[in-house]
Amino acid sequence: MKYVIVGNGVASVGAIEGIRRADPDGEILVISEESTPTYGRPLISYLLAGKIGPERMPLRPITFYDKFKVKMALGSKVVSLDAKAKTVSTDDGNTHPYDKLLLATGGVPFVPPLPGKDGSGVYSFTTLANAETLVDVAKNCKTAVVVGGGLIGLKAAEALHDRGVKVSIVELAPRVLSAAFDDKAGGLVAKRLAEVGIDVHCGTQATEIKRDESGTIVGVHLKDGSFLPAQAVVIAIGVVPAAALAKDAGIKVDRGVVVDERLASSDPAVFAAGDVAQAKDLILDDNRVVPIWPNAFNQGFYAGKNMAGADSPYLGGLAMNSIAFYGLPTVSVGIVNPAPGEAGIELSETLDEENATYRKLVFKDGKLVGYVLVGDIDNAGLYTGFIRFKFPLDADTKAKLVSGCPSILQWPEGFFDEKFNPVGAQEIV
Amino acid sequence: MKKIYPNKAVCIGCHLCEVACVTAHSKSKDIILAHNVEKAQEGLAPRRNVAQEGPVCVALSCRHCEEPMCVAACISGALTKNPETGRCEYNEEQCVGCWSCLMACPFGSIRRHPVKEKIIKCDLCAGRDMPACVEACPNAGLIYEDRGKD
Ligand SMILES: Cc1cc2nc3c(=O)[nH]c(=O)nc-3n(C[C@H](O)[C@H](O)[C@H](O)COP(=O)(O)OP(=O)(O)OC[C@H]3O[C@@H](n4cnc5c(N)ncnc54)[C@H](O)[C@@H]3O)c2cc1C
Ligand code: SF4
Ligand code: SF4
Repeated sequence: MKYVIVGNGVASVGAIEGIRRADPDGEILVISEESTPTYGRPLISYLLAGKIGPERMPLRPITFYDKFKVKMALGSKVVSLDAKAKTVSTDDGNTHPYDKLLLATGGVPFVPPLPGKDGSGVYSFTTLANAETLVDVAKNCKTAVVVGGGLIGLKAAEALHDRGVKVSIVELAPRVLSAAFDDKAGGLVAKRLAEVGIDVHCGTQATEIKRDESGTIVGVHLKDGSFLPAQAVVIAIGVVPAAALAKDAGIKVDRGVVVDERLASSDPAVFAAGDVAQAKDLILDDNRVVPIWPNAFNQGFYAGKNMAGADSPYLGGLAMNSIAFYGLPTVSVGIVNPAPGEAGIELSETLDEENATYRKLVFKDGKLVGYVLVGDIDNAGLYTGFIRFKFPLDADTKAKLVSGCPSILQWPEGFFDEKFNPVGAQEIV
Repeated sequence: MKKIYPNKAVCIGCHLCEVACVTAHSKSKDIILAHNVEKAQEGLAPRRNVAQEGPVCVALSCRHCEEPMCVAACISGALTKNPETGRCEYNEEQCVGCWSCLMACPFGSIRRHPVKEKIIKCDLCAGRDMPACVEACPNAGLIYEDRGKD
């Protein structure tokens, strides 16, 4: 069996570990445009901030690829996929045959048609190379504007701030992290950012990157009429699935590559995982693109197992984010902003503005389906368990969750022993 | 693989497992120094914790899952599944304190280090034959054995 994996992000690492669970010997080739072995992509903000050095970037020890018997073709971009011949071709002129192919190509940063975006001083923030560039930029830059107040934008802003750059964030939505937070959580975080000196401009958008006659950036015009002086602009509006290879090969692509429970695409020999894939969601019972790290790893892992012949259905991804802002930790999991008027929804919100803590729980049809924690996050995992295992909740248990006291001893009878104290040989998840 | 199985039918909530855990993970390996000095100075804390609901209690820690959610979530490579031993291993050096694993583990087995921007988690007492908590339990409330294929 010959496996080819395109891309070497975390989905790729998950796939390698998944394949080796079921097939110890099959040939694995990883082809990737980036020329470094897999690194912790979210760590680029820690690197830019100066919190860690380059030696901390690799996601697995260098011995990993040998140990898992993986061949690497780094610095090589796949330019076409021939699904009939079962081959991929690269920009350095090689053609590689496969029995099973995994598309783990991730996402590409979305850059809107913003006047003034072309030219020097405008950056993305999704790769190690971007972070290295920004380390240099920060040395000679007093003020910067980050366009986009999502996860990547906030991380870029924080890191540049730590490098001594005065940063402003511009976000179209009424709050930062609009998908993962509600207004109360967004408010607490915006307050924290303001305290450390990061400006947040929500509910408006950048209309032009202003340059002088020599083409040097002087600032950014906003729709609300204000002008933010800046020498550098980071565009972090989001990533779009890098699904072109699949599309051109006639494989079904919606927002991302559409995959079934085995992570197989419309072509049974081609699988997809991670930010490029539109895979099953645990709660919504539908396929979605949820570009987050844990989903990418898990999808890769399940794709790997299934490519290697194990019949192992993927239970679905769960949207989750954990981000700390200068000592203020936040966690957001599952459905946090249910559609207004959605049937069966019940909300509980506990806000303590003085101590900057907030807990929001979202119940649907008597089950926990989402939560947001700000400040006190220590019980996050237990709440996640209630969502993941879809326990029906009685009034007593619900009251305990609402009061901030979830416990494993509130699990339904029998489930504790199944997970923690099973008798005899059985599959332990 | 061998794992620690907690039995809530016999746990009396005496917290001796926590005491043994703290001592085993101390620098001094001395029960008094560990609790009266290292706890305060270095934030030494137990990796196993007794959960209590009314009269029922049980001592819980990482269950070294076959498919660990914490490993999937770890952005730094600090958490990995050892394919040979089956253990879910933690390398403190690598950890950046992002709390992704704490959020992802549906068993609540990951805690924040009391003073460092790091996590703490059961390591099955790496280097010892028998985990300290299992040895310390007066009621056989913790059993260390191999019950399945992993
Ligand atoms: C700054 C930042 C912070 C983040 N923080 C978090 C966080 O805290 N928590 C979280 O859950 N998520 C976070 N994310 C998102 C997370 O990093 C992604 O969800 C994850 O990296 C997706 O992994 P992947 O393997 O699908 O794709 P990627 O990591 O994007 O890897 C894809 C790889 O494929 C290569 N590739 C693409 N096309 C080709 C081709 N044609 N030929 C060869 N190679 C190709 C790319 O060069 C790349 O190396 C963050 C992202 C960024 C940028
Ligand atoms: S920390 Fe949680 S998810 Fe990770 S192995 Fe332990 S119990 Fe499983
Ligand atoms: S807190 Fe540390 S161990 Fe946990 S996910 Fe983050 S880096 Fe990994």
